[in-house]
Amino acid sequence: MATLATLKGLGRELRHNRVALGGFAITSFVLVAIVIGPSFSPYDPTLMDFTAILQPPSWAHPFGTNSFGIDVLTRVLYGARNSFMISFAGVSLGAIVGTLIGMTSAYMGKLFDAVAMRLVDLLFAFPIFVLALMLMLILGFGVQNVIVAIALVYIPNFARMARNTTMVVKSEPYVQAAQVMGQPRLRIMVREILPNIAAPLFVQFTVGLAFAIIIEAGLSFIGLGVQPPTPSLGVMMADGKDYFHRGPWVLTLTGLALMFAILGLNLLGDGLRDLLDPRLRRRSAA
Amino acid sequence: MWEESATSAAFCMAMVEKAAQVDKNTPLLSVRELLVRFKLGDGLAAALSRGPSYLKAVDEVSFDVGRGEVLGLVGESGSGKTTIGKAILRLYEPQSGSIVVNGVDITRMGDRALKHYRRDLQMVFQDPLSSLNPRHTVRTSLRTPLLLHKICPSSEVEQRIDEALTRAGLSPVFKPRYPHELSGGQLQRVAIARALTMSPGLVVADEPVSKLDVSVRAQILNLFKDLQAKFGISIIFITHDLRVARYLCHRIGVMYFGKLVEIASVEELFTAPKHPYTKALLGTLGAEGENLDGAQVAGEAFNPAADTTGCRYYARCPMRVDHCKTAHPPTETIKPGHDIACYEWRRS
Repeated sequence: MATLATLKGLGRELRHNRVALGGFAITSFVLVAIVIGPSFSPYDPTLMDFTAILQPPSWAHPFGTNSFGIDVLTRVLYGARNSFMISFAGVSLGAIVGTLIGMTSAYMGKLFDAVAMRLVDLLFAFPIFVLALMLMLILGFGVQNVIVAIALVYIPNFARMARNTTMVVKSEPYVQAAQVMGQPRLRIMVREILPNIAAPLFVQFTVGLAFAIIIEAGLSFIGLGVQPPTPSLGVMMADGKDYFHRGPWVLTLTGLALMFAILGLNLLGDGLRDLLDPRLRRRSAA
Repeated sequence: MWEESATSAAFCMAMVEKAAQVDKNTPLLSVRELLVRFKLGDGLAAALSRGPSYLKAVDEVSFDVGRGEVLGLVGESGSGKTTIGKAILRLYEPQSGSIVVNGVDITRMGDRALKHYRRDLQMVFQDPLSSLNPRHTVRTSLRTPLLLHKICPSSEVEQRIDEALTRAGLSPVFKPRYPHELSGGQLQRVAIARALTMSPGLVVADEPVSKLDVSVRAQILNLFKDLQAKFGISIIFITHDLRVARYLCHRIGVMYFGKLVEIASVEELFTAPKHPYTKALLGTLGAEGENLDGAQVAGEAFNPAADTTGCRYYARCPMRVDHCKTAHPPTETIKPGHDIACYEWRRS
């Protein structure tokens, strides 16, 4: 019920915020394209066609074909779908585990808090991509491990954010009222605190998704992530760079597609942050 | 699940038996030498200095609250009145002392055991907006305690919510509303309705009218008075406004920096105050008619973090003698129901 009302309110606010609206439009377009786009394509994303090698963009092949004669647009759609699903799974896992750790840390305090937060600091100390790279080398290649690596990269972000917001909400009178009522701790965390810290976590999720797509593409680009012939934006760009002088459209158009998707998610995240921050909202309403 | 409800039923039975054994004359709540302290500063800096220092927010306070009695706690900001209220509800862990409700000591009780006594002790907070979860409707906020304590079968929940709202002077049409859609007075009514759904024996009301518009204060105060008379609940009414306390309370306790300096019936306190601080407070009521929050009580204040010996009121006291510097005066009963902590009360 609460979420429904919040969403309705968000919809109203969205119309007045151009950044959020633009991000929302791009992201919706990308999502529709990767969900239903592939089924409209007459081409197969893995089937080679040696009669149509490295054809420049044309009506038949809007993004051209690659060195195996496969339609690039079809591969971009399938690849973006894979990239998106991997990122979504990774960030979701990171968000769930991170939020759980953060909230427990804030609510339990003492030893758990000290130990958990030092571990989070440890993960924070590494640059994100280096951490992802290191994790891939430890875990081994492949889709599942990319998801785990992305999750591990994002656990500290969500843990820290959940902990800080829980700390603030924990001392609110309505949480004390729930305690006085005799609600069990777990219930207070889930029913009283979580709905009130969800907004910033949701923004973090959207922005995180964008960067996770870059991580996935980067890992696949250097050959540690998704393995060819499975299409992924990173794999395709790695492939395209080898014959960039003969067929520049493969790398360029794939890269632009990636940029477009990330731009949409980032705009959406920025816009949502403005919308969900009551201080900024008041200013935009005036 | 079933097992849990079975044990809780057994627990309730035990409680009922225990309550039956308790004599009608024993107080509902007995607080004895309650001490609540907060750590000042934390982390490395505190560890490197002489170890953590503490602030005694409530310093060995004892009092009783009888059945159907309204006890007012008055004092300046920071005098520890809210801390006492929250410690009784176990929102703060007391360092020492005891809190006995209906003859059961709940001072060190664990969460699970405590749940059965929670029903009996409820709280109404100062800021009505933040005492209700902004993401829950009025209905959800009122339904939670009913279901949690299995107060009524789930088919009757809606009816109970309507009753609770009506009792608190609100129409049931407010059920689907969110807190931000209600006014301060309406929210405080919802908070009162929520506290009353559990039919508590004692309600701690922490400055429940100080954040409200003057125009609705009287309404909420009258609501407290009516409900108290109707259901015979005991109330600990925390306020810094002596006139509010005089209107609503049967007895008043005066707090000064963590110490209960004087406690007496309303008539006694207003006609024959003994403690110099109480007199100073009552003095502020006269001319300006303003309440006492702030610096109206002239003189240098006590520094709770530094001073540990001597009477808390020494620095401001007009009647101080050298003896007052040695230790805080013990509490004496000068008349039945009139306790005071002052060496020199006979001079006044």
